[in-house]
Amino acid sequence: MGLGEIGYDVAHLLGGAMLLVSFVLLAQRRLEAVTGALALQGVLLALAAAWQGHVQGAGQLLLTAGIALAAKGLGIPLVLRRMAAALPPAQRADAPGPLAPVMLGAAGLVALAFLVAVPATRGAPVLARVDIAIALAILLLGALMMATRRGALAQVAGLLTMENGLILAAVGVAGMPLVVELSTAGLVLVVAVIAGVFARQLGERFGAQDTALLDRHRGERR
Amino acid sequence: MSPAGALVLLHLLGAGLLAAWPARAALLNLLLCGAALVPAALLLSAPGGEGWLRADALNAPFVMLSAIVGFGTALFSLEDVRGEGFDGRRLRSYHAAFQGFLAANHVALLSDNLGILWVAIEAGTLASVVMVGVHRTPAAIEAAWKFFVLCGFGIALALFGIIVLALAGAPHLPGGEARLSAAALREVAARMDPALLNLAFVFLLVGFGTKAGLVPLHSWLPDAHAEGPTPIAAVLSGLLLNAAMLAILRGQGIVAANGEALSPGGFLLAMGLASLLLAGVTLWRRRDAKRLLGWSSIEHMGLAAIAFGLGGPAGNAAGLLHLWGHALLKSAAFFAIGRAARLKGDQRMDAIGGLARSHPPLGWGLVLAMAGLAGLPPFSLFVSEWWLAGAAARTAPWVLALLLPGLLVAGLALLHAMQRLCLGPPTPDAAPGPAGLSALLPLWTNLLLALLIALALPAPLAALLREGAGLLP
Repeated sequence: MGLGEIGYDVAHLLGGAMLLVSFVLLAQRRLEAVTGALALQGVLLALAAAWQGHVQGAGQLLLTAGIALAAKGLGIPLVLRRMAAALPPAQRADAPGPLAPVMLGAAGLVALAFLVAVPATRGAPVLARVDIAIALAILLLGALMMATRRGALAQVAGLLTMENGLILAAVGVAGMPLVVELSTAGLVLVVAVIAGVFARQLGERFGAQDTALLDRHRGERR
Repeated sequence: MSPAGALVLLHLLGAGLLAAWPARAALLNLLLCGAALVPAALLLSAPGGEGWLRADALNAPFVMLSAIVGFGTALFSLEDVRGEGFDGRRLRSYHAAFQGFLAANHVALLSDNLGILWVAIEAGTLASVVMVGVHRTPAAIEAAWKFFVLCGFGIALALFGIIVLALAGAPHLPGGEARLSAAALREVAARMDPALLNLAFVFLLVGFGTKAGLVPLHSWLPDAHAEGPTPIAAVLSGLLLNAAMLAILRGQGIVAANGEALSPGGFLLAMGLASLLLAGVTLWRRRDAKRLLGWSSIEHMGLAAIAFGLGGPAGNAAGLLHLWGHALLKSAAFFAIGRAARLKGDQRMDAIGGLARSHPPLGWGLVLAMAGLAGLPPFSLFVSEWWLAGAAARTAPWVLALLLPGLLVAGLALLHAMQRLCLGPPTPDAAPGPAGLSALLPLWTNLLLALLIALALPAPLAALLREGAGLLP
């Protein structure tokens, strides 16, 4: 299978589109726009998983696709959007820092991912090669987003992007066992992080009272 | 049911029970951990089992060690958790998370399937985040957040490494779960594509290295140890770091079985030396006693990584013995420091002083634990560091030029801290009282065990140590 064949082309297209969305995510300032881009990436991931399921004839990948669509294309972005809306207006935009160095860094990471992954996967099936290289690039861009953003929600978005990259890699490896289980476990992690952010938001809102109350209980620790 | 399954099931049921029924949670927690000693001992006496929970000479001692440290920690919690002043709901989530953490840790140690190993390490992360942040102070929430974000990042990288391993093994293995079995992958590793194996190992090392507290991704460790309740610090250092290190060793075993792949030892050696040297310098500047012990964990994980990086029967035996001794002595030191911080009402080192005079059994226990952590005889860390230096002298003498100064600087820093904490004039107590058996018993038991494995390692255990070292590259 190679360029010009439909199985390869569609997988390539969907992966490439996910990578493009990662760039969009890196450049977004407003959290609302970040959640929109995340939803788009989730839908693309679901399509990519479903396509791989179709090409490989692996039914359980359709399940992965369904989970990705429901959780990453719909549920999580909606929750994140609601949480962003609850923030004070000043915190609803999160500066990604000076854009030019971030974008240059991102381009460098993508180049690195392809330079590392393409030669390393020489022995692997062609379909997996593209997927692994693109997935590695998405993973690294997610890591870059986690490193350059300060706001908790934007960091969660970075982690979610990393997860998307991982699942893209996992569905690309034909015959990879436990894909559904691993993608669910990854999802649990992201959901727990979001719950943590939610708890933190609550804590910040009622922060002053809460800690004073605790200190009285615990004696002077600090 | 195999003892391994019974062990995991016991803790899982315990987590459910404690989540549902908060009355006498601390006592129930202790009973569950006591019951877990039985299957752990059975596993140690006859390692084996098939399916995805597999005990061998390498992980069976760690399961026993986890059960011992877990039991000691539950005993320590009995008294300690009363001082936290938790309400019912928080008490419930705290104890349930403790049991859940133990279950996840045992699965991570025993699992042959790398996918399940990953899920277990992730579940352990989630459980420990609950426990690290349980104080809900801004510092605790920051620590929990840092732990969450860095470890989430780390385990994402590790999963990528596992996926690449599965890709490398795919042409050589039948379909299904065998493609993620560490044993099956290792058997066919010689025929795998070396470039893929290299790629996989880098991600596994960085990913699980984050959880093992290796420099440069160590920064969650001191915060999580300092801001969470003391029992959590004891299990993080005694259990979680070992499980993460064993996960790295599984990856190393697969990659090293291929002659053309990069030799994974060099990476471990470099990260280990960096951890040792950074921790050695940083230990001198600590003001918080629990943070000091956290940094000492980074140092000791670094030492173990150096030992495994050197490899060979001698290096591997040194690394394994080092992990055993570190888990025992570090949890002992945390029991003592935790109790002292409770008595003094403060965990800053300035506030804790003269423990040996004010509370002799506690203070002298801490003196011995910290001397052991500094690498002084007669405790087992001295033996393993001696073996490590010997292995380095034989295989890579240049390592000694960094290893010995690192050991010296870190050891002296710990002794200096020990002197400030234990000797000299006592500081006033905020909550005067006796040290209490629930702190002294696990403290002195762990010290005795660390002494025993140094001076008179029982023959079956010595055989397991040799066999386990032989399983590693």
